[in-house]
Amino acid sequence: MIGARNRELLALVPVSLLLTAGFTAVFIERDEVLSNLSLTYGAIFLGLCLATHVVLRFTLPHADPYLFPLFAVLACFGLVMIYRIDEELAREQAQWFVVGLILFAVTIVTLRDYRVLERYRYTIAAVGLALLLLPRLPGIGQQVNGAYLAVKLGPLSFQPAEFAKIAIIIFLASYLRDTRQLLVIGARRFAGITLPPPKYLGPLLAVWGAAMAMLFVIQDIGSSLMFFGGFLAVLYVATDRLSFALVGLAMFAVGSRVLYELRPTIGSRVDAWLHPFDTRLYEADGGSFQLAQSLFAQADGGVFGQGFGQALLDDGLLPAAQTDLIYAVITNELGLLGASAVICTYLLAVQRGFKIATLARDSFSKLLATGLTAVFALQVFVIVGGVTKVIPLTGVTLPFISYGGSSIVANFVLLALLLLVSDRARREI
Amino acid sequence: MNAPIARLFVVVIVLFAVLIGFTSRWTLFEADALNANAKNQRPTLTQQRIRRGAIQARDGTLLARSTRRGDKTYTRAYPRGPLFAHAVGYSFTRFGRSGLEQARNDDLTGTGNELGSLFDRLSGAEPEGDDVRTTLDPGAQRIALEALGDHKGAVVALDPRTGAVRVMASAPSYDPNSIGRPRTLTRLNRDEGRSPLLNRTTQAGYPPGSTMKVVTAIAAIDSGEYEPDSRVDGANAKPISGVPLNNFGGAAFGDITLTEALTKSVNTVWAEVGEKLGAGTMGDYMRKLGFGEQAAVDLPSDERRASGRFPDGRLAPVDTDSTDIGRLAIGQEKLAVTPLQMAMVASAVANGGRLMRPHISDRVIDRDGRTVTRVEPDELAQVMSADSAAKVGAMMSKVVQEGSGTAAALTGIDVAGKTGTAEVDRRCGPNQVWFIAFAPAADPRVAVAVTLECSQGTGGVVAAPIAKQVMQELLK
Repeated sequence: MIGARNRELLALVPVSLLLTAGFTAVFIERDEVLSNLSLTYGAIFLGLCLATHVVLRFTLPHADPYLFPLFAVLACFGLVMIYRIDEELAREQAQWFVVGLILFAVTIVTLRDYRVLERYRYTIAAVGLALLLLPRLPGIGQQVNGAYLAVKLGPLSFQPAEFAKIAIIIFLASYLRDTRQLLVIGARRFAGITLPPPKYLGPLLAVWGAAMAMLFVIQDIGSSLMFFGGFLAVLYVATDRLSFALVGLAMFAVGSRVLYELRPTIGSRVDAWLHPFDTRLYEADGGSFQLAQSLFAQADGGVFGQGFGQALLDDGLLPAAQTDLIYAVITNELGLLGASAVICTYLLAVQRGFKIATLARDSFSKLLATGLTAVFALQVFVIVGGVTKVIPLTGVTLPFISYGGSSIVANFVLLALLLLVSDRARREI
Repeated sequence: MNAPIARLFVVVIVLFAVLIGFTSRWTLFEADALNANAKNQRPTLTQQRIRRGAIQARDGTLLARSTRRGDKTYTRAYPRGPLFAHAVGYSFTRFGRSGLEQARNDDLTGTGNELGSLFDRLSGAEPEGDDVRTTLDPGAQRIALEALGDHKGAVVALDPRTGAVRVMASAPSYDPNSIGRPRTLTRLNRDEGRSPLLNRTTQAGYPPGSTMKVVTAIAAIDSGEYEPDSRVDGANAKPISGVPLNNFGGAAFGDITLTEALTKSVNTVWAEVGEKLGAGTMGDYMRKLGFGEQAAVDLPSDERRASGRFPDGRLAPVDTDSTDIGRLAIGQEKLAVTPLQMAMVASAVANGGRLMRPHISDRVIDRDGRTVTRVEPDELAQVMSADSAAKVGAMMSKVVQEGSGTAAALTGIDVAGKTGTAEVDRRCGPNQVWFIAFAPAADPRVAVAVTLECSQGTGGVVAAPIAKQVMQELLK
């Protein structure tokens, strides 16, 4: 039988092929000879993957063998895509990969026993919330399209929410491990629905309140949905009470509805989502132009796509093509088939994440893996759903594919945590 | 806790399925509507990136070409300005297309070949169109348009042996380069007095006047009812369909041969011939010559109209009881014909009775100079026997030798023709004047139709000299 790490190494072969094919395609499209410099890109990226593999071989020999190759596929696909949009951005993105991988290795080495995180859960929760509020701080906070998601520190701009999502999941996993029994035992039926005992209802309501406050403060319905959805997922797995999740969803819907009336920024986002071709909204600043262009780009792609490197991106036709709308670029160039392949890759990664959760032996590990995987899946849903008009478009990134340092680094930490849980679960006792 | 994790995974599968579902919605089910959305600039931008093929005259002269702008897009230029405006047309992303630019769009954009374009897409090659070589003759085209001058009118010249269109001139013309400028198209469209955008060779319906007598002569001779020397009474004010019909200038003739009657364009003779032949026979020959159908030429369908009888503004069949077939036989009775149609009549006689399909495009040439498609000569109909054609041709030769069409005579070359002067009494001028002809009579290489609106003169005086100049140039 092949060992886990050898399987991982084998799985990296198609990754390298994909990367090489992708870069080659871009070069051919640009009518350039395959210059040394260009090939170096691919070589460096492959070298990084191999280095990571070696780190895993020594530190986490039993960890899930497929997760890292799957994430590497997404990352290299994203790098080629960004390279195709803007070579300079791709260079920066490659640098962020290095930073991300370093942090990945640091996480694995320093958190060999990740259960120590439980001891600091309130600190971590506080840091998470603080991170979320950072973009509202005058001086460093940045408002993009009405939402407060970014922080600017000198030349660096980063999205604290990417890190906050991990912190909050760690806290929730730890908190619910303690209280899950109590939530279930004390539950009573009230008007046909099962509700947790009042004593524990408070903290849960607090989480809901936090999500609502977040929506109110950062004005981004997508990230709120992502956080609150992650919370509901962990809550549901911890208690196995569907009604908790349903009541939570209903409360989120009601809260959003109220805020839709109260906050004009959220209101205009929702209007733009419902009527992207309304001339007034289309021409309004921060209106539906972006969404309409996203849909046009997808229609232009059709089933087979325009071909790699063929997307029209000039003159601000696709605002934020390398971040928010990168899925629209993918659909435009690779068509419905290519886009579906990307979604399926994410689904496979999510499947590995949940597999890790089922194999984990203790509640905290299970809830942690579940939460991280759920929040990862929801992030994909929120941004792709926004680009495809399933939900209002918001400014979160497509993990590992979108351009963005915070996103890359934070998702590598997320990957490290999942692999840590996996290694522990699969280790022979 | 593993059961809820599995159920959670199912939820994620459903959510991701929704994503693929919505992606399908935009890329597949609603793609056409999105591509057609007025706010969508993508189709426009995509079109501008295609380097359309060039359109060339018969001798390779560039009539339309794509010029590169700074930003990877192309725009269209027409080096000959107004000269070929109606045949070649125009193509501007924001204003649409006309003429060959529209009719040959698939070839010019390279989208006609499905396999080729799929390959281009996969290989990421820049889309490029093929060149279209036309049959048009720049020298004769210039002479025709200059001869029309400030008049409204049209000249069509065909090679009767192949149907190749040598001249397609419509006056007044316009500069297709100007269409790309804002509001020009709207302004030209509004100019109803001059209608410069109208391709008068295929879009205008004029009363054919006495040129219609050639059609009647074809029917008379080929049906076997008459011979060129058959004698018919040419008295003035003969009752036709119960109403007296006059000859031109009220001239009275005795029993004269059909040849004489054509030479002198005697109305009463040809009206009687038409009545004797009957609506059925006349209708048959008109159909064979292309009447009743959109002008058969490779221009967009909305730039071609049918020739025929339009009693209340709508095309009606000839062979009905209500038709005054005698007057139809001399070009009255609400006949409206295109200049191209009358050139086809001359062409059928010239080519031994075989009517060839007129065509402007000759071949499609790819970037490497290979001919992709060649337009082969195509017989539309054997209108009459070669013998009948020779007889009618001889009658038409007499018209130019000694009749109303002497102004078209060329030194050393026999020309066969027929004049026409339809009285329309428009405010701008009383006559629609015509001349149709072919030459050399013994071995025809060119057939023409010339017509001018609002003329003070007659076909023989005004139109015949223009036909002469054009034929002279084409027979050089």
